[in-house]
Amino acid sequence: MKVYLDHSATTYVDKDVLEGMLPYFTDVFGNGSSQHFYGREALKAIDEARDKVAKALNCKSTEIYFTSGGSESDNMAIKGYALAHKDKGNHIITSKIEHPAVLESCRKLEKMGFEVTYLDVDNEGFVDPKAVEAAITDKTILITIMLANNEIGTIEPIKEIAQIAKAHHIAIHTDAVQAIGNIPVDVQDLGVDMLALSGHKFYGPKGIGVLYKKNGVKIERFLDGGEQERNLRASTLNTPGIVGIGYAIEKAVKDLDKNAKHMAEVRDYFVKKVQDSLEYIMYNGPKDSSKRLPGNSDFSFVGIEGEGILFHLDLAGIAVSSGSACSSGSLDPSHVLLAIGVPMAIAHGSIRFSFGKMNTKEEVDYTVDVLVKTVNQLRSMSPIYDELIGEYKKCIMKK
Amino acid sequence: MYNEEVIKEFQNLQNVGFLENNNAYSKIGNAACGDIMEMTMYINPETEIIEQVAFRTFGCAAAQATSSRATTLVKGKTAKEALELSNKAVVDSLGGLPAQKLHCSVLAEEAIKACIENYYERKNGTEKKEETKYV
Repeated sequence: MKVYLDHSATTYVDKDVLEGMLPYFTDVFGNGSSQHFYGREALKAIDEARDKVAKALNCKSTEIYFTSGGSESDNMAIKGYALAHKDKGNHIITSKIEHPAVLESCRKLEKMGFEVTYLDVDNEGFVDPKAVEAAITDKTILITIMLANNEIGTIEPIKEIAQIAKAHHIAIHTDAVQAIGNIPVDVQDLGVDMLALSGHKFYGPKGIGVLYKKNGVKIERFLDGGEQERNLRASTLNTPGIVGIGYAIEKAVKDLDKNAKHMAEVRDYFVKKVQDSLEYIMYNGPKDSSKRLPGNSDFSFVGIEGEGILFHLDLAGIAVSSGSACSSGSLDPSHVLLAIGVPMAIAHGSIRFSFGKMNTKEEVDYTVDVLVKTVNQLRSMSPIYDELIGEYKKCIMKK
Repeated sequence: MYNEEVIKEFQNLQNVGFLENNNAYSKIGNAACGDIMEMTMYINPETEIIEQVAFRTFGCAAAQATSSRATTLVKGKTAKEALELSNKAVVDSLGGLPAQKLHCSVLAEEAIKACIENYYERKNGTEKKEETKYV
């Protein structure tokens, strides 16, 4: 049996989305910037996709910028806004649990003389809007907080934070890469100035992303060259990708309620089963399902290391991702888990199981069977299981 | 990322466990960094041949595979020969490791060395008792 439980990493492309894209590799291959018939035909498809994305996000088509993905959209928004407003101030507010595309963009800006506040989160990963307000100085120009966390599924109170930003005349960007297709994303309702998303997280293609930028919000050009994307991002338009993300987001919005309900049901079934089958585990992230992405679950298994779990599951045909450092070459485990107070040695034993619209309870049954065997086997050969149980108990008491 | 030999070793770990009748013991690494290896041996005091060896590891697939392979490489050798075991020998015997995993093999070499040092310390009555911190 093959079970894919890593939908937060990426999803497959839906067949009908792929079919929609295919003509734009071959028959309709024109450059969307060309003035002849071939170009005009490509541009027509690009315009239609732009309309679809705009409709899905509840904004104007002129507020949609196509990029190469979520990371680029975050870079473009944060660096682009900071550089365009450096005369007004040099302070940016973000959180400790952002995606590296946000954190590293902020660090780059720090090297260029900007100051960045990295806000703490609580033990379920929530940013406190009051802490955002308290961090604002007369130099603050931008707030960037994610809409939903990729590891522990926390849905941040962006609407509230956006109101604070607005009251202080500060721009707000949100990384919504994990949110589309899982929770409603309406830029008017959220009140954000910029928002990043990525095609391959909602059954669209890889290599295509979107930056929503409210009209009137100024950012510096990200890629120099041609005049594509209203002169903010050079590069020949990726017609098949753009067409694909248009179809994918249309579908994601249309099927949102159905898919979210299904994912939450399968996820809840999984979480309960794991909690009933294993002791000394931590369920990381919000306990209240309504404040958590419907497909997300994340566990720390005390006493063992995550990569060992990952490979045992992998050998049994189950694909998950690990919050341990060992896969990345760094020695630190996930910055998100550390930020919510999981002790380092326990954070190393963490696995994210992220569900998609096609996962089934039968898959969950198989996964939990393999998982329980694996955890027990690895614990039996762990020289520090007993010590880490003590650490776990201390941590639970603190909470 | 791992070659087949490493995966095979990971799936069929050798000498897992804890020897109650050990006369050599080591536990090295740092749980905060995600790697702890514990090794126990019974070394024949007459011949100084490592007759039994067992390990327990908290760590990634590479840490487990290298500690397992290191135990099979030293079993039956004399304590002195085992001291010569290099991390390179362990890695070569597994057909190589990804670059970011090489530090795991260093840990296996260190666990063997520390274990044999403990044997000599216990033999010579110079053993130091130390409490290790893990978190």
